Amino acid sequence: MAIREDVLVVGGGLAGMSAALSAAETGATVRLLSHKKSTLRHASGLVDCLGYTGDDGPLADPYTGLSDLPNEHPYRVVGESAIREGFDRFDGVVGDSYRGGHTDANALVPTQAGTIKPTARYPASMAAGLASDARSTLLVGFEGLSDFDAPLAADRLAAAGVPFDVRGVTLRFPKEFRADAKLTRYARALDRDEEPDRDRAPRFDGVRRALAELVRPKLDGAERVGFPSLVGDDENDVVREDLANRLDVPVFELAASPPSLPGVRLESLFLAALDEAGVRRTTGNPVVDYESEDGALTTVYTDKNGQRVPYGADQFVLATGGLVGKGIGSSRDGVREPVFDCHIPHPEDRYDWSATDAFGDQPFARFGVVPDDDLRPLDAAGDVEFSNLRAAGSVLGGADFAAQKCGSGVSLATGHVAGERAGALI
Amino acid sequence: MSDADTTPTDASTDSFEPVDVFSGEPMDLRPGADDCYKCTTCDTSCPVAEVDDDFPGPKFQGPEQWRLKRKGDDDIDPSINSCSNCMRCDNACPSSVPLSQMHNEARGAFVERQMEKLSTEYVRNRILANYRTSAWFASKVPQIANFAMNFGPARWVMEKTLGVTAEREFPAFAQQTFREWWAERGGAHVENPDKRVAYFHGCYSNYNTPEVAKAMVHVYEHFDYEILVPPQKCSGTPMFANGMLTDARRHARTNVEELAAAINDGADVIASCTSCSMALRQEYPELFDITDIETVAQHTYEGLEYLRINEDLRGAVEESEVDMPDMAYHAPCHARNQGLDRQAVELFRDLDGVDVEDVGPSCSGISGTYGWKEEKYDKSMQIGEEMFEHMEAGAGEEGMTECPTCAMQMEHGTGYEITHPLEVLQEALTETSAA
Repeated sequence: MAIREDVLVVGGGLAGMSAALSAAETGATVRLLSHKKSTLRHASGLVDCLGYTGDDGPLADPYTGLSDLPNEHPYRVVGESAIREGFDRFDGVVGDSYRGGHTDANALVPTQAGTIKPTARYPASMAAGLASDARSTLLVGFEGLSDFDAPLAADRLAAAGVPFDVRGVTLRFPKEFRADAKLTRYARALDRDEEPDRDRAPRFDGVRRALAELVRPKLDGAERVGFPSLVGDDENDVVREDLANRLDVPVFELAASPPSLPGVRLESLFLAALDEAGVRRTTGNPVVDYESEDGALTTVYTDKNGQRVPYGADQFVLATGGLVGKGIGSSRDGVREPVFDCHIPHPEDRYDWSATDAFGDQPFARFGVVPDDDLRPLDAAGDVEFSNLRAAGSVLGGADFAAQKCGSGVSLATGHVAGERAGALI
Repeated sequence: MSDADTTPTDASTDSFEPVDVFSGEPMDLRPGADDCYKCTTCDTSCPVAEVDDDFPGPKFQGPEQWRLKRKGDDDIDPSINSCSNCMRCDNACPSSVPLSQMHNEARGAFVERQMEKLSTEYVRNRILANYRTSAWFASKVPQIANFAMNFGPARWVMEKTLGVTAEREFPAFAQQTFREWWAERGGAHVENPDKRVAYFHGCYSNYNTPEVAKAMVHVYEHFDYEILVPPQKCSGTPMFANGMLTDARRHARTNVEELAAAINDGADVIASCTSCSMALRQEYPELFDITDIETVAQHTYEGLEYLRINEDLRGAVEESEVDMPDMAYHAPCHARNQGLDRQAVELFRDLDGVDVEDVGPSCSGISGTYGWKEEKYDKSMQIGEEMFEHMEAGAGEEGMTECPTCAMQMEHGTGYEITHPLEVLQEALTETSAA
């Protein structure tokens, strides 16, 4: 077969990309196969490590919570040093674009919904907005932007007990768009400093200056200004600095719900690192089948409308994601891992998969493959499924990413370990 | 009784009887609409929504509009005609909602039922969509056609009366079409019943850039393939984008019949244009019900891709050397959906003597006929801005892409000369490009 690498990673999210980078660093040739653009596009761009364990939290220091996690949690499988190495790798990829690497402590980052998320790393664009910072804050939203209501978010932050005064105002963006314009439309207008509409900002020649002039009279002593995550895309730093200079106070972005430009920006940083590391990437078609020999995988097949393309390798990493990323599927018949059909333990009666309390302890949230110490998925009898397959990220069971706020950290740590071990065996 | 009134603990309620709600309709898109959970990721990947204040985005054009139509006899929103059919939304959707299929279907229905057939827009779109017809005429008198098509006053009239932008230069027609060259050369120079490909050259490499088609022939003969060149019509790409599904179906019927016959003779189908391979592989089975259409889809590959799968192309390239200028590579949107957006860059990384740099994920903005429309021209150039900037920021002073209309846009925006990857491969693998 013609398309062949040392290591093949299936799944292009944070875990898969980390695994590919770690494997490439060992000198192995690596290919990353992914079905679609990654679910980082849904992500806030925040990179959490561990925010809550059981009823405890938010944790000031995520590493202090590790011992409270159950044995089957992926963090317990790979251990603290692997988590630190995973974050070191992350810091190397993102450079100055992210903050938080200077300390073990969690940062408290406000979101567009008016909640606070404990997180280990956050985009530089959110640095001025931290909730632990006592500076009084003005949040600015825009009419017609349905994803963000600034006064509501301000009220919710105040109700959460943040240590600063916070107000929210809704302004008319200096350029008129359709009522439900995409956030990329706003970001582009700011990136390119497009001309504002005359009736909205008669005296100014660029939307950035026009926007600053609209915000200024609302400042009323506020020491920083927060916007939704659309303050430019490619030119995010430039736009933010431009607005801050004009307003004479720091400007920050709030963490967003999907779709999120900070998530897209994070994906771009990783893609550049993969390119730099010489990792080959194929994106667009799902992996649907495999071949194995003597308990080891030899080949996987992608599918395009019934056409199969084989990809061979010596070592494989499964990083297809969890329920959202479709690395875990469920039907009335049960819960399964669709690519290699790895065993996923789950109650037989599907009414036991979920708890009636929506925010309660949900069994389905911890569904996933069960790995050995080497991250190799195990079958129902406790034997490895394939001797050369490792799993990373949210396809692994044992963690409740949404409740524990540990999804990114698990992806980075297990991705790093799976990739490094796969590469080392070449 | 609503769902809330049933007791979910009774296992007997598990038995699931699917109900065909919309029986009798040609295409039930309901599963696709139901799979959309409105995450809006498609909207952030839509190049048109980023510049067009009137365009509601792929989520509306697909699942939302489909649902609205179910409620009553509502018209399709005319904004469907502003979708450029780049199909980026397909690649972005985490739930595999068939967005482009829904857009194609809605656009087809709009054109058929709501568009005034005597309107300038309809006539203009029909002419643009049927590029093959114009190209066929022009190829009979290429010199006159090349002059006339770019004659200033004529173009002014075309813009005013037909709405075809005067900003762009029409591509030159070749003095000799690929098929004429193929016939003159006496067809295939290799006979090999074990390795056979049927070449779908499409309109553009036949009438405008036969050098790409010839490169394909030389490269494949280098690997000892017997090449068939079956009769063929337009792949349908410009017709889908303009909602001319009746025209597209007519052409598809010929293509499927001819290509299926070649497959029956042991050939796989290859195309050098990524939009042509996209049409044969994805749009055909999604939109038409023609005998063997699935067989054709399953046997169709892009030219470089097929060699990567079946030959040690990496090894061959590593042993070769070229002397070519550095190039800025742009991956066509339609290459992305087939998983081909990285193959040229990654392959030529191993080739000495040429440096190929990926200019990033931006859309070129021309999207076939979209950028030729007078009212779309400015938006097309706004979408392309990022690509132009990245091309100019890179080291290369020339460009590379698989798609003929992306190539037009790259050249239009930067003045760069544009090469097809198969031409570089020909340079690397074969010493001579003579017939």
